[in-house]
Amino acid sequence: MGLRSGIKKVLVIGSGPIIIGQAAEFDYAGAQACRALKQEGLEVVLINSNPATIMTDKAMADHIYIEPLTLDTVKRVIEIEKPDSVLSTLGGQTGLTLSMQLAEEGFLDSHHVKLLGADPETIHKAEDRQAFKDTMEKIGEPCIPSKVVETVEDAVAFARVIDYPVIVRPAFTLGGTGGGIAYDEAQLRDIATNGLRLSPITQVLIEKCISGWKEIEFEVIRDSKGNVITVCSMENFDPVGVHTGDSIVIAPAVTLSDREYQMLRTASLNIISELKVEGGCNCQFALHPESMEYAVIEVNPRVSRSSALASKATGYPIAKVATRIAIGYTLDEIINQVTGKTYACFEPALDYVVIKFPKWAFDKFVYAKRTLGTQMKATGEVMAIGTSFEQAMMKAVRSTELGVDSMHMKKYEEMPLEELMAHIRDGVEDERAFQVFAALGRGVSVAQLHEITLIDEWFLEKLVNLIELERWLADGELTQEKYLTAKQYGYLDTTIERMSGQKCPMHRSAVFKMVDTCAGEFKAETPYFYSTYDEENEAEQFIARTDSGKKKVLVFGSGPIRIGQGIEFDYCSVHCVWTLKELGYEAVICNNNPETVSTDFDTGDRLYFDPLTPEDVDSIIETEKPYGVVVQFGGQTAIKLTRHLADKGVRILGTSADNIDAAEDRERFDELLEQCGIPRPQGYTVMTAKEAVKVADKLGYPVLLRPSYVLGGQNMIIAHNDQDVVEYMGIITSHMIENPVLIDKYMMGTEVEVDAICDGKDFLIPGIMEHIERAGVHSGDSISVYPAQNLSKRIRETIIEYTRRLALALEVVGLVNIQYVVYRDEVYVIEVNPRSSRTVPYISKVTGIPMVDIATKLLFGATLRELGYESGLYPEGDYVAVKVPVFSFEKLQDVDTMLGPEMKSTGECLGIGRTFEDALLKGLVAAGYDLKREGGVLISVRDSEKREMIRIADKFSRMGFELYATSGTASYLNRNMIATNTVRKISEGSPNTIDLLESGKIHYMISTSAKGRMPARDSVRMRRKSVERSICSLTAVDTANALANVLQSGRSMDDVELIDITTI
Amino acid sequence: MALIKDAAPAWLVLADGQVFRGKRFGDAGTSIGEVVFTTGMTGYQETLTDPSYYGQIVTQTFPLIGNYGVNSEDFESASSHVKGYIVREWCNTPSNFRCEDTIDSFLRQRHIIGLWGIDTRRLTRTLREAGVMNGVITTLDPAEHLEALLEEIRAYAVTQAVESVTGSEVHTFTPEQARYRVVLLDFGYKRYIRKSLMNRGCEVLVVPALTSPQEIAAMQPDGIMLSNGPGDPADNPQIIRNLRELSGLGIPMFGICLGHQLMALAMGAKTEKLKYGHRGANQPVIDLQSGKTYVTSQNHGYAVIGDSLDPDTAEVSHVNANDGTCEGVRYKSVNAFTVQFHPEAHGGPLDTAYLFDEFTSRMASYKEGK
Repeated sequence: MGLRSGIKKVLVIGSGPIIIGQAAEFDYAGAQACRALKQEGLEVVLINSNPATIMTDKAMADHIYIEPLTLDTVKRVIEIEKPDSVLSTLGGQTGLTLSMQLAEEGFLDSHHVKLLGADPETIHKAEDRQAFKDTMEKIGEPCIPSKVVETVEDAVAFARVIDYPVIVRPAFTLGGTGGGIAYDEAQLRDIATNGLRLSPITQVLIEKCISGWKEIEFEVIRDSKGNVITVCSMENFDPVGVHTGDSIVIAPAVTLSDREYQMLRTASLNIISELKVEGGCNCQFALHPESMEYAVIEVNPRVSRSSALASKATGYPIAKVATRIAIGYTLDEIINQVTGKTYACFEPALDYVVIKFPKWAFDKFVYAKRTLGTQMKATGEVMAIGTSFEQAMMKAVRSTELGVDSMHMKKYEEMPLEELMAHIRDGVEDERAFQVFAALGRGVSVAQLHEITLIDEWFLEKLVNLIELERWLADGELTQEKYLTAKQYGYLDTTIERMSGQKCPMHRSAVFKMVDTCAGEFKAETPYFYSTYDEENEAEQFIARTDSGKKKVLVFGSGPIRIGQGIEFDYCSVHCVWTLKELGYEAVICNNNPETVSTDFDTGDRLYFDPLTPEDVDSIIETEKPYGVVVQFGGQTAIKLTRHLADKGVRILGTSADNIDAAEDRERFDELLEQCGIPRPQGYTVMTAKEAVKVADKLGYPVLLRPSYVLGGQNMIIAHNDQDVVEYMGIITSHMIENPVLIDKYMMGTEVEVDAICDGKDFLIPGIMEHIERAGVHSGDSISVYPAQNLSKRIRETIIEYTRRLALALEVVGLVNIQYVVYRDEVYVIEVNPRSSRTVPYISKVTGIPMVDIATKLLFGATLRELGYESGLYPEGDYVAVKVPVFSFEKLQDVDTMLGPEMKSTGECLGIGRTFEDALLKGLVAAGYDLKREGGVLISVRDSEKREMIRIADKFSRMGFELYATSGTASYLNRNMIATNTVRKISEGSPNTIDLLESGKIHYMISTSAKGRMPARDSVRMRRKSVERSICSLTAVDTANALANVLQSGRSMDDVELIDITTI
Repeated sequence: MALIKDAAPAWLVLADGQVFRGKRFGDAGTSIGEVVFTTGMTGYQETLTDPSYYGQIVTQTFPLIGNYGVNSEDFESASSHVKGYIVREWCNTPSNFRCEDTIDSFLRQRHIIGLWGIDTRRLTRTLREAGVMNGVITTLDPAEHLEALLEEIRAYAVTQAVESVTGSEVHTFTPEQARYRVVLLDFGYKRYIRKSLMNRGCEVLVVPALTSPQEIAAMQPDGIMLSNGPGDPADNPQIIRNLRELSGLGIPMFGICLGHQLMALAMGAKTEKLKYGHRGANQPVIDLQSGKTYVTSQNHGYAVIGDSLDPDTAEVSHVNANDGTCEGVRYKSVNAFTVQFHPEAHGGPLDTAYLFDEFTSRMASYKEGK
């Protein structure tokens, strides 16, 4: 068949900012799609609002619009670029929904644009609940008894027919947003009301709850000829009831006999054939554990998180193949890249097992509800490959960076058994696997745990194997046999020594096996490896066989996506690899995140899919014998390896281990600042609560507390009194963090951020970024503006000078990120990170300076001057760029939305414009702010901010908004001649603030409070209510002010020019 | 006791002198066979009871075997003809609602020696590079008599394969509503071939491999099914002669696997031994008529040489998408079609079951024309 005629220029719609349920997997899919299209010689136009992605990189497309993913914007891009086709299935639900709207409105037809990847009928059949049911019924595939309803009353009536518990699934929402399980009518009313509101078509499905059935998924591909194959099967550790994104998943399915497996496989093929999907599709099934009865749960006619996982698990590049199919190729025409001999029309065979383990942000959201259900909560995931379940599980647990190296979690081991069993019994929590493991270890039987959890005995028995192995290790002499068995079960030497209480009798390094899609049946040249404990080392053979004489460089990735360490580090790692290849090195990637571009086996010269702990990394180094390693692009995960690697004599390319330590060690850093003559907020290091209170009193409140090694503001707070300090120290010690705690004077000034590139002599600052929110809001949660808008020449020069001093003093080679606070017209340093940062991709794209590319070249001795850059601040461009954070609050119950020093955003959007207002407008629209120009504004701020509120409230009032406030704020505003309605506080009885938020009158809420987090507090309840009601909630006066200015400017998206960033 | 730590040692010695030391499961002893690998990720029970594995030591490339135990419903024949069984890890705590026994106990009952705990990927890669080779699986340390053992190994050949696995008498299986009568020539047939026919309203008469054409004709079948089976197809001259004769009767014939190879030989074509065969549940096969590719279940070491078919009497109908080998033949001069793969599946994908429908429709036409 080949390329369909008439395709020359394709628009690819991306998935936008990273939110829970839609993460880096779409950057991976999108990047693969763009590359596949470019390989075909097609012109690629891309729209995606997420600046941190590889996908929006100049290498990926010919025209790139980092613009809001709204229907109007996409239409405008189509009008500007005049593509002949649009690819709909690679940009997650966002891309798909937009494509369908364009098609249904007739816009595509009238502009002669073909829709590639899925036709509206297919999507309708798969996504509209009733149409889906009818389709399944037609082909005899069983569904769960369910009914689509549009009112709460109908929901209740149907639930009476099928009996409780029932599951509520809103139509067309991401990651099941707004869904849930209802056990009685009251709960149903609650969930259904919310679900109906969140569904763009006001539809929810009420469904018989089949919790406890096995949850099985198949990834299927079909082409226009009707060829159908399954790429991979997957089985969830947790039975039906927990969102698959929150489940531990094993691939391939392990507890199904051939008969069950083929039954579901055939069902998948029947479904994709009936839906006439051309490309990838995900089919989810529930299988009764005691019979052959099954039901189709859900079908996603597009690439998804599961397809990314399946691609990495098998080596079969689903997104790439799906793209080729979308432009006309058939499976039997597409060569399997892995073998180079066989075609894409085959099914991968695995000779290993894969485990996906989710990564949650509950370490940050201390008060969030940890119960898992139909609403996905994980921010990221890791994947581990092993020759046994036990080995893969141990690797997965290490990779998630939970601070454990085995299935033991201290708190569950120490908890009274009854309490532990209560955790297990009362709903599924994120740490369920650890809870179950602890229970098994304490003698609760497999049968008993199976009865409670309905987790298949197969999985439970595997956990028992780990327990028995550990007992064996502890019992008597640690023999070689025991040691080797433990290695095969995935234990680290340090873990074995701790568990046996003895020194290891020998050391065995890992060997590496190839992921080749065919279980060794064909000779493959995939440079994709995983570690195991066998005799044959295929990676070593591969390196010898393909020796190019080039020097080898290892690049460490950043592991799972979490709050504070996201996709931006993958962008950096991938760029580093590209540059290494360009420079003539062999670039080798080590990472464990299946969602990313970095773990695509053809990104680097070789890929090691393994945990990033010292021992795991040692084995890779032993096999690779690299010239050097790069740690500065993989976030804190990679940086943490530095000291170990340096001790081992491994060459760290770029800033030295000693200087990295100097930036991270508090005392050394203080010395350094003193030498450089740079002030920082006064602060001390403490170990105990008593010390902390003493120091805080000395500094004077407010103070900022944080552990010494920081990641995304983890466990940071601003304390206003002794009580806060004591509470905080309590939390820190319960988290078993043995780091000392830092206490700083908290300065409420303007925060400024700089990423600099340094060659040891000269330094380059591509741009200075200013945060809209004052210090105190984590830099990752602040709206960041480039170039800085409000800094005086003197301040700017001071920042440049301080950056110079720091970069040179730390002998930075590569990237460094420095955060400053400007307080009472003085510049203070808050933090120095001797590595790439969150803002690198965004600044690279808006300044046109390829920062990672330059930094990588510097690692090998190039100088900035050789590369054509002057020392100092790079001249500012013509555009203003604003980075706006995006949160996933609607997915996390009980989390306070109040911004603070602890980072909460999951992703970001970019707004780029000729003026600051235009850029901010775009950024806010991209981030999902519905910029309504009328309605009510509810204001409730703490006393210290009331004065500032006058100005802002006045702006809203002048624009015609109706103002509401609680008594204190209202009387204050009224006294200052701003007409404000008084609303009762929650405690004052109805009607109160909550009723007002429910009423639909309020479009904006400005809510700050002295301290938050406790879900029961009034202010927190108001903010949660605004999330539930999708009311724009502003928790910092600065953000509110900026938003008011944008509204006041009177400009809308229609007035703003769209910018192809490749022209910058 | 789930963790298997006290297992006795066992070895695999290959004809090229390589020794793999692992642990024993199943029976003890020494057994020589042709060492092959299969890439199916499920269906180990079907593999173990597929008579086509006669004379072979079977290696599973998927590392976790025995997860769902063994049940009596999924056997493809009453016994197992494998000469040994090699896995990376077997599961002694299987979990499945139909599970009746562990794989270890299954092997013990049938006196099959099992070896586990070796690097099965290394073994697979060896077989892929060097081709299938003979080997011995043993629970006695081979070091002491390695040379003698190697001599024995190298001398081994799979012989009398079909004779060893075929039945000795005629068995009749009648479905509730029989529309057709099919004679199933048993070269070591898999039960699901019979079931696939019965599910389509066929009364099935399973007859021994060497049943004469006259006897078959006397049964007045509407179709003749040539089953799968083990060994070198060319080792069966009498059967080949019989098939040539049968093909003249005009009765629709359908061959699977060995049946496909024997039919080709009967019609004057040639077969060859593949380097390491096709064994697994993911073999892509192109149906040349429709142009579509199907994923099939396969288990064969020999193949029909497509070019050796007389273009006047036969044409290749299916080819393997990976290596282009002949996967199916449609005969022009006689009423027969055959495939190398297993449309009856079990284990493996059910995607080509439609071929049984083609067989029944041929039978329908035949009956009409009679």
